[in-house]
Amino acid sequence: MESAVLTVEHFSAGFGDAEVLKDINLTVQRNRVTALMGPSGCGKTTLIRCINRMHELIPGATTSGRILLHDSDIYTLNPIIVRRKIGMVFQRPNPFPTMSIYDNVIAGYLLNGIKIKKSDKDRIVEESLKKAALWEEVRDRLHKKGTFLSGGQQQRLCIARALAMNPDIMLMDEPTSALDPKATAYIEQLICELKKNVTILLVTHNIAQAARVSDYTAFLYLGELIEFGTTEKMFTVPEDKRTEEYLSGKFG
Amino acid sequence: MIDSHVVLRIAKDKAFKLLIIICSGLMIVPLLLILYYIIRNGIAVIHWDFLFSLPRPIGEDGGGIANALVGTAMLIISASAIALPFGVFAGVYLAENRGSRISDAVRLCVEILQGVPSIVIGIIAYEWLVVSMGSFSALSGGVALAIMMLPVVVRSTEETLKMIPDTIREASLALGVSYTRTVLKVIMPAGLSGILTGSLIGIARIAGETAPLLFTAFGSPFMNTNIFKPVDSLPHIIFNYATSPYPTWHAKAWGAALVLVIMVLGFNISAKIVTRRWKVQF
Repeated sequence: MESAVLTVEHFSAGFGDAEVLKDINLTVQRNRVTALMGPSGCGKTTLIRCINRMHELIPGATTSGRILLHDSDIYTLNPIIVRRKIGMVFQRPNPFPTMSIYDNVIAGYLLNGIKIKKSDKDRIVEESLKKAALWEEVRDRLHKKGTFLSGGQQQRLCIARALAMNPDIMLMDEPTSALDPKATAYIEQLICELKKNVTILLVTHNIAQAARVSDYTAFLYLGELIEFGTTEKMFTVPEDKRTEEYLSGKFG
Repeated sequence: MIDSHVVLRIAKDKAFKLLIIICSGLMIVPLLLILYYIIRNGIAVIHWDFLFSLPRPIGEDGGGIANALVGTAMLIISASAIALPFGVFAGVYLAENRGSRISDAVRLCVEILQGVPSIVIGIIAYEWLVVSMGSFSALSGGVALAIMMLPVVVRSTEETLKMIPDTIREASLALGVSYTRTVLKVIMPAGLSGILTGSLIGIARIAGETAPLLFTAFGSPFMNTNIFKPVDSLPHIIFNYATSPYPTWHAKAWGAALVLVIMVLGFNISAKIVTRRWKVQF
């Protein structure tokens, strides 16, 4: 049963006069993985940074069109509220360097000054780390600094940190691009596991990764959405010639 | 032919390396000489009484520098109380707004301020505070020293915060944390060791300043803890004792110099320790 969590309608964005995204229309379904793929510079990162209102932090950033989270346009809401509902995992693992593993997981509560009971904290930390498949590895050193973990573990810690806020949707910006193949495989496995309960929008420049983990794929090229549909269909019978050329490695 | 050329080049390399080693070795000499002289001449007068009693009139034995120690502490505390908050927040602004015209202008002013001679800063503090309040005071000295300390604090805060990767800031903002809380709870804690180091180096820089105190804190042979009254300070007492005609006072000047040098070294060494121990790994 498909139901839309996020709908992008006639959305354009850019920096100053340069248009990076042109008239994007896209729907992200609940508890599915939607992959955004395309060559470098096609606007995939800009698109997800528009979705959690991080794009506008850059001076000169422009947007037009609508992005609906359930039924409300996120551009009519306060960005702080939007970002609490939309989790984000970045290209490079970025745990807070001054915080322990434990505090990193509940950083969303600590930094926002949301008061929660100790027992709730313990529960959120354990649940989030279990969901991020990190609990077994760190359960006996929760109060050590998060930056002592390996790159792959740090990235799973960042996933746990986003999950702890119970986001409506998780944005992942090339979450494995800074990781080795083994850690990458682990994160991909985790994404497949997570989609039972979490809606994920995944940016990747790795075609094989989109094929492996996603249910829907969107192909962006030069700021335009060339093709959007189920991953199965796109990888077997792409409609657009450019999609076919990209998938067969003719460019990108 | 080629061989002799290579040999010559190797010899030149060796000579050059030797030269730079000797030059850097020479850097140790001035400090060691200063320490040697100060310790040799000053250690004899350092005892309990010297540190904890007030100066006595000429002709009387004993007496110490308690007033100057308290005065220096008051000057350092008042200067830090002014320079640290302003300097740290200005540094935060400069690090957060790297390209803006305001920050370029502020950075330039701070650099120039660093080059303003300390005696000039003293005159300004005299004009502003001593004249308007009608009295020499610890406060006016503190303000003069704060102005001297500011550039160090601003620049070290800025440099430290610039090193913090943007990804850390984005991690916080993406969690829906406000800008204020991101700066106060994520960025500043990550740069705390650098900020503290800068503050300690700033304090070390002003602890031995004499010129701006001559017409601000002025000096006083009495124990004074009122910041609106003149106070003595270590550099000032050294100046007074050393320029006096009495050999017993000369000895006291050496003793005070030793105390001052130990204090300044202490600040510098603590700065090193803070940098090393509290280093944040990204």
